Amino acid sequence: MINTIFAFLNAAIIQGIPLLYGAVGEIITEKSGNLNLGIPGIMYVGGISGIIGGYLYEHSTSNMNPFLGILIPFLSCLLGSALIALIYCFLTITLRANQNVTGLALTTFGVGLGNFFGGSLLSFFGETGSISLYKTGGYFKAALPFYKNLGLFGETFLSFGFLAYLAILVAIVSNIVLKKTRVGLNLRAVGENPATADAAGISVTKYKYLSTLVGGMIAGLGGLYFVMDYTAGAWTNNGFGDRGWLAIAIVIFAIWKPASAIFSSFIFGGLYIICVYIPGLSSSAKELIKMLPYLVTIIVLILISMRKKRENQPPESLGLSYFREER
Amino acid sequence: MENAAIELKNITKRFGKVVANNNVSLSVQKGEILSLLGENGSGKTTLMNMISGIYFPDEGSIFIDGKEVVIRSPKDAFKYKIGMIHQHFKLVDVFSAAQNIILGYEDGESYNIKKVEEKVKEICDKYGFDINPKKKIYEMSVSEKQTVEILKVLYRGANILILDEPTAVLTPQETVKLFAILKKMKEDGKAIIIITHKLHEVLAISDKVTVLRKGEFIATVNTKDTNESELTEMMVGKKISLNIERNEPENTEKRLEIKNINCINREGVKLLDNISFIAQSGEILGIAGIAGSGQRELLEAIAGLQKLDSGEILYYNPKTGEIDNLVGKTPLQIRDLGVRLSFVPEDRLGMGLVGNMDIVDNMMLRSYRKGKTAFLERKEPKDLADTIIDRLKVVTPSTATPVRRLSGGNVQKVLVGREIAAAPTVLMAAYPVRGLDINSSYAIYNLLNEQKANGVAVIFVGEDLDVLIELCDKILVIGAGKITGIVDGRTATKEEIGLLMTKTDKIGGAENE
Repeated sequence: MINTIFAFLNAAIIQGIPLLYGAVGEIITEKSGNLNLGIPGIMYVGGISGIIGGYLYEHSTSNMNPFLGILIPFLSCLLGSALIALIYCFLTITLRANQNVTGLALTTFGVGLGNFFGGSLLSFFGETGSISLYKTGGYFKAALPFYKNLGLFGETFLSFGFLAYLAILVAIVSNIVLKKTRVGLNLRAVGENPATADAAGISVTKYKYLSTLVGGMIAGLGGLYFVMDYTAGAWTNNGFGDRGWLAIAIVIFAIWKPASAIFSSFIFGGLYIICVYIPGLSSSAKELIKMLPYLVTIIVLILISMRKKRENQPPESLGLSYFREER
Repeated sequence: MENAAIELKNITKRFGKVVANNNVSLSVQKGEILSLLGENGSGKTTLMNMISGIYFPDEGSIFIDGKEVVIRSPKDAFKYKIGMIHQHFKLVDVFSAAQNIILGYEDGESYNIKKVEEKVKEICDKYGFDINPKKKIYEMSVSEKQTVEILKVLYRGANILILDEPTAVLTPQETVKLFAILKKMKEDGKAIIIITHKLHEVLAISDKVTVLRKGEFIATVNTKDTNESELTEMMVGKKISLNIERNEPENTEKRLEIKNINCINREGVKLLDNISFIAQSGEILGIAGIAGSGQRELLEAIAGLQKLDSGEILYYNPKTGEIDNLVGKTPLQIRDLGVRLSFVPEDRLGMGLVGNMDIVDNMMLRSYRKGKTAFLERKEPKDLADTIIDRLKVVTPSTATPVRRLSGGNVQKVLVGREIAAAPTVLMAAYPVRGLDINSSYAIYNLLNEQKANGVAVIFVGEDLDVLIELCDKILVIGAGKITGIVDGRTATKEEIGLLMTKTDKIGGAENE
C-alpha cells in the first residue's frame, strides 16, 4: 500500500512537470495581457523541435558528447517554440488580431506540425519505423547519482532528470521577477492597464512581445521534457494529448502565481493519472475520473469570481489588444 | 522682474481647419497659482497638453525660467519638471499607491518598494497629504486617487504643476483639502496652473486668471481686481444673433413633472441634487450647464436608464389622463405603459446606433418588437429610412450602408430622425447638433420646432448658449447636479445664464480667505 502511494506521488510529479512548464509560460504571457491559447500547440512544437535537434545530432556522429546531446535539443526546442510564439506576437500585438482565434489556430497548427514531423522525419532520411532517440533520452533522464541510496524517498522525489528541477527553478525565479523587480512591475502594469503603462513611458509592445516569447519558450520546454524524459526520446503522434489545455487550466487554479503553479501542477498531474492507481475501476468510471482536473478548474473559477478579491482576478486587460488613444 | 517659471508666447494650434488655440499667451511665476478659465471647448486642455508634450504647437514659443524650450513628448515635459494631473486618472487598480508612483520612473536606483514608500511618506508630510502608500488603488476614493496622481508628479520632482479640472470629481470637503495642499505647494515655490470653469474656485485659490473663449485669448487679470460677473462676461462673450425661428407655445399642458429627484454615485458625489421641474407639451425646455453637471444623468433618469436614490418622475398621459410614476420602471416598461420617450444620447454611436449595421437595421432597433411574425419585416423601416434620408438630406450611398461609414453629421441626422419618427409625446435631445454644420443644425432646430407645434414636450440639452436663448421657451440651468435657476428664453441674457451655470455651492471655508 505504502509503495503504491509513493509510486502515485512519483507519477504525479512526473505528470506535473510538463504542466508546470506550460502553466508558468502561460502565466508570464498572460501577465502582459496576452491570452495565448496557442500554448498547447507550442508545447507540441517544443517537443518535436527537440526531437529534430536530437535526431540530427544523434545521426551526425557516432561518438556523442553528452553535453551537446542535451544542449542541441534544448536550444532547438527553444527556437521552435519561440518561432510559434513570434507568430502569435506578430498577429495579436502588431496586427491586433483577435487573441482567442489566433491562439486556437496556432494550437491546431502546432499539433499538426508536431505530428507531421513526428510521422515523417525518419522517411526524410530514408529510414522506417518510429523515432526513438534512446541515447539523447538517456542524457535527459540522467538523475542525481545518489538518489538510489535514499530509499523510498529518493525513488519518489529525486529520481528525475534535470528538466524537472529546472521547471521548479523557473517557476520560483518567475515569481520573484514578477513580484520583486521593476521589470515585473512594468510587465504587470502592461497586462493590467496598458494605457497607464504607456503614459508612464513603458513600451507596451516590447513587454508584450518579450513576455509572450519567453512564456512560449518556457512552455516549449514542457514538450521537451515529455518527449525526452517521460517517453525517453520516443515520439508518438498525439502522445502529449491534452496536457497543454490542462496547463492553461492550472493558470486559473494557481490564480496567476508561478509559485502556486508548482503545487497546482503536481495536484493536476496526480488527478490526471489517479485512475490508474485506484483499483477495480470500470473503464467508464476511469473516464469520469479523468474529468476531475477540469471540474476542479471550474470550481476554482467560480470561487475566485465569487470572492471578487481584486488581486486574484485575471490581468484586467487580458485578451484585449492595445490601441494607443489617438486624439 | 524674476523670470517666469513658465511662459507661453503667442501659441497657436490648429486641428485641420479648426483653430483650437489662437495666439494665446500666459505666464506663471514661481509660487503662484494661475487659473485657466473658459467654457467647454474653449481650448484650455489643448493649451495645457502642449505644455505637457502631448501636442506640439504650430506657432509660438514656450519659455521655462526665461529660456526657450521645445517640448515634443511627455518625457521632455518631465525633463523640464512639468507635471500634469489629468482628469482621467492613469493608475493601475491592483497596484499600491507606491507602486503606481514608481511605475515607469527610472531614477537609476535599484527597485526597492520600501524606500519608495518612505519617500512618498516624506512628501506627504511636507505638503499635508493623508495617504497610505501601501493602500491599493481599487480601495481608494476618487480624492485619494487624485492624491496619488499629484504625488506621482511631485515624486518626480515637478516644479510646474498643471491640474485639469481637479475639483470636478471631488466633494466640497475634499476640494477644501486639495486647496489647502495647493497653497502649501505654492508656498514651497511651485508654479501651479489649474484648469477650471468654476468661478468661486478661481476666486478662492488663484492669484491670476487667464480667460480663453473659443480658442481665443481674452485677457489675464489679477484675481483680486476682478469679480464673478466680469469673469463670466469674458468667458461667455457678447450675444450673437442666430435668427432661429421660435413660435409661441400653444395648448400647453403638464406632461412631465420631476419631483425632488436625487442621485448619488458610489463615491458619494451627488450627480442629481433635489431636482424638480415641469416640462409642458408644446414647449421647448432648454437645459444649460457645464458638461458633466448632471444633464446626462437627468435625461437617463427620465428614460429609465439611471437609478435614482429618491424622488418621483410623474408622466401625465395625454390619452388616458392618468398619471404614471416612471421611477423604478425599466425603459421597456416605460414604453409599454404608453409613455414614449425618445432619447438622443450624448454619445451618438456609443449608445444610439450600432455602427456596423445599416440604416434600415438601425431603424428596426426601435421597432422590431412590433413585428407579428417570426421573421423580420423590413418594409416599414426601409420606408422610414428613405424618408429620413430624404427629409434630413442624409448623405449616404444607400440605406444598406453601415452607419459607421457615414460622416458624423449624417450619423446624427439618422439618430435624431429615428427618435422623432417614433412620434413621441416627450422628446429629449442631448446635444443633437454637436458636430453638425450650420445647415444641418438648422434642419434639426426646425424638426424640434415642428415637434413642439405638434404638442410634444421637447427637452433640449445644448452647449451653445446663443442657440438655447433663441430656440427654447424656458431654460433650466443646472450646476453640479443642482438647479441653479430657471429663466425665460425670451428675456434671458447670456451673462445671466453663464453666471447661473458656474454658480455652485460655495465651498466651506474657502470664501473666508
